[in-house]
Parts: sequence; C-alpha cells; structure tokens
Amino acid sequence: MTVERIYVFKRFERLWHWSQASLIIFMLITGFEVHGSYTLFGFGKAVSLHTIAAWSLIGLWVFAIFWHFTTGEWKQYIPTTDKVVAMIKFYSVGIFTNAPHPFKATTLKKHNPLQRLAYLGVLLFIGPLLWFSGWFYLFFSDWGAWGVDKYVSLEWVAFFHTAGAFMMLMFLIAHVYLTTAGHTPTSHIKAMITGWEEVE
Amino acid sequence: MKTQLPQWPAAATFICWLATLCALTMSSMAGAANTSTADHSKFKELQQPFATGPDVTKACLTCHTEAAKQVHKTKHWTWEFLNPENNQRLGKKNVLNNFCISISQNYPFCTSCHAGYGWKDKNFDFTSEVNVDCLACHDTTGNYKKLPGLAGHPVYKEMEFPPGSGKIVKPVDLSKVAQKVGKSSRDNCGACHFNGGGGDGVKHGDMDSSLAAPDKELDVHMDASGLDFTCGTCHKTSSHDVPGSRYTPTARDKGSAHMRGKPAEGNPATCQACHGNQPHPVNLTKLDNHGNKLNAHTSKIACQTCHIPSLARGGIATKMSWDWSTAGKLGPDGKPMTKKDDHGHVIYDSRKGDFVMGENVTPEYFWFNGKIKYTLLGDKVDKSTGVTPINRIEGSPTDGKSMIWPMKVMRGKQPYDPVNHTLVMPHTAGNDNIGYWKNFNWENAIADGMQNMGAPFSGKVDFIQTEMYWPSTHMVAPKEKALSCVACHDAKTGGRLKEVKGIYMPGRGDNNQLLDMAGWTLALLTLIGVLIHGAGRIYAHKKG
Repeated sequence: MTVERIYVFKRFERLWHWSQASLIIFMLITGFEVHGSYTLFGFGKAVSLHTIAAWSLIGLWVFAIFWHFTTGEWKQYIPTTDKVVAMIKFYSVGIFTNAPHPFKATTLKKHNPLQRLAYLGVLLFIGPLLWFSGWFYLFFSDWGAWGVDKYVSLEWVAFFHTAGAFMMLMFLIAHVYLTTAGHTPTSHIKAMITGWEEVE
Repeated sequence: MKTQLPQWPAAATFICWLATLCALTMSSMAGAANTSTADHSKFKELQQPFATGPDVTKACLTCHTEAAKQVHKTKHWTWEFLNPENNQRLGKKNVLNNFCISISQNYPFCTSCHAGYGWKDKNFDFTSEVNVDCLACHDTTGNYKKLPGLAGHPVYKEMEFPPGSGKIVKPVDLSKVAQKVGKSSRDNCGACHFNGGGGDGVKHGDMDSSLAAPDKELDVHMDASGLDFTCGTCHKTSSHDVPGSRYTPTARDKGSAHMRGKPAEGNPATCQACHGNQPHPVNLTKLDNHGNKLNAHTSKIACQTCHIPSLARGGIATKMSWDWSTAGKLGPDGKPMTKKDDHGHVIYDSRKGDFVMGENVTPEYFWFNGKIKYTLLGDKVDKSTGVTPINRIEGSPTDGKSMIWPMKVMRGKQPYDPVNHTLVMPHTAGNDNIGYWKNFNWENAIADGMQNMGAPFSGKVDFIQTEMYWPSTHMVAPKEKALSCVACHDAKTGGRLKEVKGIYMPGRGDNNQLLDMAGWTLALLTLIGVLIHGAGRIYAHKKG
C-alpha cells in the first residue's frame, strides 16, 4: 500500500474552517447559557458574546461564500449517490476489519459521499434554520416595523433556534469523531491544519 | 484633663453643625436661584397681619384674579374625578382604600391635605374662592403647616398638639409666609404626597420625605445636588391643573419626546415625554448591540421596571399590609398601645391593628394597560372569593396597550358589611364619642360613616381581605443601579418576572421541555454512539 500526499485544503479554507469551528463551539456554549441550561458568563455577558460571535460568523460567511463561488469550490457539496452505500458499509463493517476506504480523496473531490450529504444538510438545513431564527431573535424589536409581529412569536423563534442548536451539537459530536476515521486517526485533522492529506 | 475631655465632642459637634448649616444655606441659595420678576414682600396687599388663611387668599386674588377659579377645576380642590373610561366617580371624596379607608366623617382630619380651608363636613362650599388655600402649595418658608383636625386650616393660635401630648404648637406668621410665596417645591407637594396613608412613606412606596432632598442614587432626577427636579418639572402644570393621574395613568406612551412648538399631546409626566421610546444609546462600534437590546425591551417593559430596582429605597419604610381586624386590643393599663419592631417601626396600634412595614421592597410585576376599576361603596364584595381588589388593574400581553409594570401591592383586612356585602366607611378620627380611634366600637363608627354617605349598613361587621395596586414611578435610580439582565433572566429562580405570563423570555425557564429533553437525549446518544464505534475500532485494531 502506498501512501501519497495530496493538497486538499487551501489556506483560506483552513482559516475559514477553524474560525467557524471556534465560533460555533463558542456560540453553543454561550447560546445554551442564554437558553438557561447553565451559568457560565452570566446571562447579560452571554447574550453580548453570543451576539458578537454571531456577527463575526456572518462576516466570515460573507468571505466564505465569496470564496466558494469565485473558486468553484462550491461544487464540492453537490450531492452524489455514488458509493453512498459503500461508505455506510465501510463505517459499519469495513472500518473494524481494516478494509480499504471505498473513497479516495482528490483535490477535486475532497469529501466522501457521506460527507457531501452531511455538509449539504448543515448548509441547507441546520445553518439556515439557525440563521433565520437567530436573525429574528436578534431583531426582536423590529418585528413591528417589519409588520411580522402578528405572525411570529418569540417562543417559536426560540424553539427553532434551540432545535437548530441541538442539531448543530449532534453534528459537531459526529464530525469531531469522524475526523479520526481517515487513513490514520489523525490524518484528517493534520490535513485541515496543513492542507495536505495522506491517502492510500 | 478629665473635666476637659467631654468638651471636645461638644465642640466638634458644634463645628459639624455649623458646617452643615453653612452648606445647607449655600446649597439652598444655589438651588433657589430666584428668577421671579416679583418680590412678594414688596406688595402692599401682603404687608399686613392676616388673621386666617382665607384672608391671605383674598389678598392673593386681588392680583391673581383667575387663580381660585382654576384651582376649583382641579382634583386638588374637588377631590373628585369622573373616570371617562368607565364613568366611575372617583377621587378622595368617593373612593375607599385599605389604609385609613375613607374620608367620610373624618373630614377635619383628612382635609388637612385639601387645597382649601374649612372642609369639615359634607356641606363644604366648593364654590368659595377665598377658601382656596394658596399657601399649602406656594409656601417657601416651611413654616406653613396644616394639622389634622383643623379642616385644612393652619394653626392660628397656640394649641396643644396632638391633644393631650403637652406639646404646644405656635401659630404661623401668615404675613411672613404670604410675603415669601413662590413656585411649588418638592416640600410643598411632599407635605401631603409623602405622607399619604397617614404617615411618612406609608402609602406609595415610591414617595416619602427622603425625596425632599434626595441624592443621585435615590432619584437621579430630583438629586438635590444635581438635576434637582421639582415635582413640577415632570408634572408640568398649566392653569393649576397638575398632569399625571393615579386613576387614569399612562401605562404605555408610544409617543416620542415632547418638543417645544409641537402641540404636546398626552401626559408630560411619563418617562417617554422626555426620553422618547428608544432611550438607550445605540453604539454601532459595540458589536454586541447592547443599546439596541435594551431598546428592544421598551415595547413590553415599562421604564420603571428596570429603573426602579426596589421600593422604599430612601431609608423610610412603607406599609405593606394593614390588618384592621386585630384593632381594639388595649394594653394592660386598659389604654391604647403600640408595638414596635427592631427598626422602631410601629407594627401594632390598638386604634388601627397590625402592620407590616418594608424597606427596599422588591416590587411585584404585572401587565398593565392603564385601566383601573375601583371597588366603590355599594359594589358587591364576596368574602368567599378570597381577596377583594380595591382597584382592579387591567392588562394583558396581547392587547397592544400593556406594559410590564412594577407595583406596590398593599394588602390588608378591613371592615365590611357581611349582610349587604359591601365595603364600609367607618368614622375613625375625631375627639368625639363615635370615632373608632377613641371609642373602639366598630358598629357605631361604621353606622356613622355610612349614614353620612347615605349608604345602607346592616349593623353587622366582619373583616375582608383586600389588596390595592400602586404602580411605581418615583425614586428612579441612576442607570448604574438599574436592574441587570439576570434580575429577570434567571433560569435558577425564574427571576423577578417569574409570575408574569404571556411572554417567552430566554433564561427564565420558559424552555420547551420536550425539545430540551429530546435535544439533550439525542446529543447524548450521538456521543455514546461514536464512543462505542471508536471503542470497537480500537478493539478491532488491537486484535489485528
């Protein structure tokens, strides 16, 4: 078995990933404090920090979206059914029997089919759910001016925002674990730090 | 040495006293920068001895020809108010409360706070101009005092007060007072409004004599060494008609700050009348948007809720509860007695019953839209319903008119007629053989008070629990002392707004429990899942 190294994550992508990771983790911590799950910073401070993190993430996303479209990297998220079953089989059986990874990452196709689906889900469902509800949450005082105060209640906005947060938390747990499922347990993580991934 | 030592503290005390006196004189000189174009001491009309208050008024009216007519139209004179919203006839002349209950047959005592002279029974002539009391509101000397029992008159000749106390009160120099009249100060308004309910701070919880010269921390606007607002700065009076009402308060002022030149509609005494509806500065360089976040609260939360952190903050206790049913217990000597708590507050008085006093009291919070309905004499009350509201406040989270307001809730037990099912108006004060405070006979006292009102009384007396709502609006703290977020957004205790229904508040325990349970369970299952998966991989790897 030969090991080769390919360059999968460009510098901006890595910066984006880690900034976003920190912000999301930080927003989970502050968000669940605002939700009332525990006391860490104190409610007022938690709200402030959560808000600052939200604006930062919005800024980061403006850059990320720009980058994805100008570089064409958005294509990495186009879903495919190819090898999905093989991937599921690998994670449920093959990974325990040292079977070869059914997907070979290349610079043009750096996400395996399950990753593509998962990230697309985050991108198209969890993300918008959080963004949309969060935006309403943030601009609570303007509902009247927007003319939506009759149709929107904070209770439901908070419900969807919290639901999104739980989904993001689950994604985070699974995602962090699956970083160890590369060629070696650390090869994915190394790739996201250095940009170079070892593949079989 | 030994003989000299005690003199030092005495000297020090004297110096302190002198310094205080100087400071007070200077501050009062600075505060009372006289901008008037008239020096009343130079008016011939006032350079004469006056035998009575009405004589002074006569002199006032020679120049201020319309003043008495103006006063005649105000609540300060009529003690009557017709609520246009529900046609209830209110005002001190008509309402009951759960403090001293009512003015019926107690006129000469209650009317020491009437802006007039001589209201000693229900036959008072409300058309008399000379009986308007100018001095109560315009005295600047502090010497003009109207004692209870004199039907609104000051002391004209030496008298013992309280009767039997051995203390002698000297007559007031009306000529001197008349020559020193000026704009109404906090002391003028406070003479009555600080003492509502029969004593300093008793009634309101947000008004007491600590507001005569408050520091900034007690009231950011009335701060005697700062902004030094008088009552009239907010209660901007025109034609003697003082705006601001407890019967028809402005619960939600959607208007912006009043501007000169624009016809100001609405109550000038609201916070919004000066501060508008977006009072917190928005600093866009602060990404957390704190000002915006605070402004977002102004659509649901009255300013008072955060900016009046507690009631009775000035060191003077307010009465929180008054139980008339225990009145009448005499001391071992067969005489009326009082009991005091550790702070020196009277908590039992034979004439009045049991009290609960409170300082720095956390208010209770309610949705309030400004509509108040009183339980008036003749309205049916039902003991079996529990607590009878003396005034019902209206409000809901959905009517678009309500805000969450801080209130003092005065609770009590007061006499009522269990046969006619009505509240009653007892004759309490007075040095006669009927008044309850001297004779301790409820039946006689109530029969007299009710007869005076032309109201039926069965002769039976029982006691009923009542409560009365007092929206708080004074003793506004500086912003540093306003409530912090966690005072309300407190998931552990539910915070101050725990009992306020109809809104979702983050961090108050309003969470959807089902979502929380599902969310945490699924997250935990995910974690357990990946851990098992990982353990399996390690195991498989080791096995080779």
